[in-house]
Amino acid sequence: MSTAPLLETHGLTRRFGGLIAVNDVDFDVKPGEIHAILGPNGAGKSTLINLLSGEIPPSSGQILYRGKPIQGKKARQIARMGIGRSHQKTNIFPRLNCLQNCQLAARIHMGGVFGSWRSRQQARAVSERALQALETCQLVQRAYTPASDMSYGEQRQLQIAMVLATAPSLMLLDEPMAGMGREETAQVTELLKGLADQYPLVLIEHDMDSVFRLAHRITVMVDGCVLETGPTDQIRRSEKVRDVYLGRHHEEAQA
Amino acid sequence: MLHRYPKRVSIIMLVLTALVALFPLWGPALFGARSDFVLEQLTLMLILALFAMSLDLLVGVVGLVSLGHALFFGLGAYTLALASPDFSPASLWWMLPLVMLVSAVVALVVGFLVIRTKGIFFIMTTLAFGQMLYYLVSTSPYTGGTDGVFIMFRPSVAVGDTLLLDMDNPLTFFYFCLGTLIVGYVFLRWLTRSYYGQVLDGIHDNEHRMEALGYATASYKLIAFVIAGVMAAIAGMLAAMQYGFANPAQLGWHTSGEVLMMVILGGMGTIFGPILGAFAFEILLHTYEHLTTHWPILMGITIILAVLILPKGIAGLIIAPPGRDALMKSPLLRWFNRRGQAGSAAVKSSKPAAKSSKPAAQSKEG
Amino acid sequence: MDLAFFGVQLLNGLQYGLLLFLIASGLTLIFGIMGIINLAHGAMYMIGAYLVWDLTMRLGNFWLAIVIAIPIAIVLGLIIERLFLDTLYKRDHLYQVLLTFGLILVLNEAQRIIWGGDVHSVPVPAPFDGSIQLTDNLQYSVYRLFVMGVCLALAGVIYWVIRHTRLGIIIRAGAVNRDMVEGLGINVRTLFTLIFSVGVALTAFAGMIAAPLTSIAPGMGDSILITCFVVVVIGGIGSIKGAFWGAILIGMAETFGSVLIPSLASMVIYLIMAAVLLVKPRGLFA
Repeated sequence: MSTAPLLETHGLTRRFGGLIAVNDVDFDVKPGEIHAILGPNGAGKSTLINLLSGEIPPSSGQILYRGKPIQGKKARQIARMGIGRSHQKTNIFPRLNCLQNCQLAARIHMGGVFGSWRSRQQARAVSERALQALETCQLVQRAYTPASDMSYGEQRQLQIAMVLATAPSLMLLDEPMAGMGREETAQVTELLKGLADQYPLVLIEHDMDSVFRLAHRITVMVDGCVLETGPTDQIRRSEKVRDVYLGRHHEEAQA
Repeated sequence: MLHRYPKRVSIIMLVLTALVALFPLWGPALFGARSDFVLEQLTLMLILALFAMSLDLLVGVVGLVSLGHALFFGLGAYTLALASPDFSPASLWWMLPLVMLVSAVVALVVGFLVIRTKGIFFIMTTLAFGQMLYYLVSTSPYTGGTDGVFIMFRPSVAVGDTLLLDMDNPLTFFYFCLGTLIVGYVFLRWLTRSYYGQVLDGIHDNEHRMEALGYATASYKLIAFVIAGVMAAIAGMLAAMQYGFANPAQLGWHTSGEVLMMVILGGMGTIFGPILGAFAFEILLHTYEHLTTHWPILMGITIILAVLILPKGIAGLIIAPPGRDALMKSPLLRWFNRRGQAGSAAVKSSKPAAKSSKPAAQSKEG
Repeated sequence: MDLAFFGVQLLNGLQYGLLLFLIASGLTLIFGIMGIINLAHGAMYMIGAYLVWDLTMRLGNFWLAIVIAIPIAIVLGLIIERLFLDTLYKRDHLYQVLLTFGLILVLNEAQRIIWGGDVHSVPVPAPFDGSIQLTDNLQYSVYRLFVMGVCLALAGVIYWVIRHTRLGIIIRAGAVNRDMVEGLGINVRTLFTLIFSVGVALTAFAGMIAAPLTSIAPGMGDSILITCFVVVVIGGIGSIKGAFWGAILIGMAETFGSVLIPSLASMVIYLIMAAVLLVKPRGLFA
């Protein structure tokens, strides 16, 4: 895979007061790949995603999207450029139904405030994209259910559907399977696997099985720094990673 | 579902509209000599309903609690008063666009500043900007100070020399206000169900997520602020026509508080609710004024009780009439249970007992 | 404008600003810790002033009146908090606004019923009823200096409490993130009652010591409330430091505004607020 990366960072750093949450991180995503970020709690994974999606500005360093710098742009500008993200906490519109949630997401490309009053043709395109997203996430039968009435797992899936509905060129998913049962996790894992060729994906996830099944490459972060980055197999075998991160997990599992 | 209501809502609203529209038929029989006075009050209620409805767009739909909405109401009144010629009626053909233009520009400037703030900050800043205009008109020599400005002639609606509507005729003006209210209602219902309205719902539910999706939420909110401001200004213009003057009290913060109360009393976010709220509020006000010179104390107690018992307002009762369960869970009942031990219900005396027979909506807010 | 006149205005502005701080600090404390917006705050200022006027008339002694009025104000705060507010903590600001708006109507009208609609004044009490020569041509009311001293002393106490006590840590944490307060393992109920009473007592006390300086009139609480909102918006909500500097700024602006540009005086503070909102929408010290 020697194609040019879709998204890359150079020396990306973010400080909160005295704390360095993300420290000099070089990171990239190539077309067609799933790049997972692993690391213990507080390693800076979510902060990294927040930097990539523009929700917080970096203290220093560069973010390049299709070769052009995007650091300092607002979250909504970055979203419109095609970087869609989901949040760790369930983040939907509870009073709207499932389809409306996706329609809101699909409609961002209609342009400006007055885009709300565009033509019928565009409206149909939006509805189709929203429906397609629901179909991909197997939520069609819930289209008219208010989001607040859906199960937790379904709400998590709806979040992925909403990102899809924005027709992204790159997705940033922050723990999409957090709090899900085994069966649902497996289901979402399959879903993401199917999406990978169409939508390159940056994935934060705690579920090891899913990560190793899904990811083409893995970056392991500890204390805001990149510990190691490489193809999934390399990370699986890495002594360093095992000591610092996987080891800790195994101990916990055995304790 | 959001912004779709059971059929009985339309039926109730249509019946009420018909009742109001047919007032000239039944009014004189019921009120006799006072019928003219009642018609005037009814006209005022229609105007206040338009005002309350415009605020609902902000408070109920977008979730922006403005405590300065009277600014636009008063602005409409003063624009009419100051732009009217002294010795002849103005023409509504240019007065209405002028009022809309002035209020839109002011709403754009004020909105640009206040939209940057959130939550409690928004409440305080809208209140402060409302007071700013209040002090401006009550101290400036051009606006007649605390006395306000009198309007000698109501604007006319004429084509060439033929008078289309004689606004000085109370009945004509009454129907004109009713018509304006209906147009405003249809417009807001359409707006809330449009795509734009859906974006507003999204902002109300989760503004942060809307930003992350790629929406410039501030612009959407600003436009809602301008629409609400223009509608309130139209209501203010009508009110000034009705009263025959523009007065600082029309844009004071007590007016803002009262219109907010109409929205809540009626049921926020429903558009039709605030219409009912405006009528209910005014009827209560008249009743209390009739009872005692110290009516504000009764009004204050009513407001407190409404907040405690009826957080979803009258509309909440119509949309989802509560069953026994909801009654048992009513906030007031819980309030009493908690007070039971303390035994400090003295302040309320007999009031709550009379009210608690009214069913209460759940306290969960939308 | 000669220098002496300027000096007097400077002192007046400072004195007014310090008084505003007492009221605004109560407002911002109540919001910062409890998340409650209390519109009835201004009404408590008015009640403080009327209480002192009433008691001074009855007892013939201003100082005794204050000593009696303070506990009355605190009890009133306690009653309001226990009776109404604790149903509102979890609810939207909207309902807090409306309920406290209802309270204003009730309190304002209660004032009319009890004390009538007339305007009153309280004589400046001995031993501060004179004025002193500050410089050759600058005379100043001793009572105003006394008020300044009291306000500064109270500001000092508040500063000390916030910097050096456990309560202060909680208050500072609450201003940043209110959820944290509950995580600190304190009895939130008691804390809220305490904060509300202190906040109400501060504003009522401001009304009491301001009584000899202003005319005591119905509705005097409303305008001071809105001025205090401006102070809090400028300073940053929940920030005591912001309330202090915001109050001084507004006190000066209003005093000098009414002298220098009388036609725009009532607008000055709002223009300042607009400017601050443009530059720092969350306030200068947030």
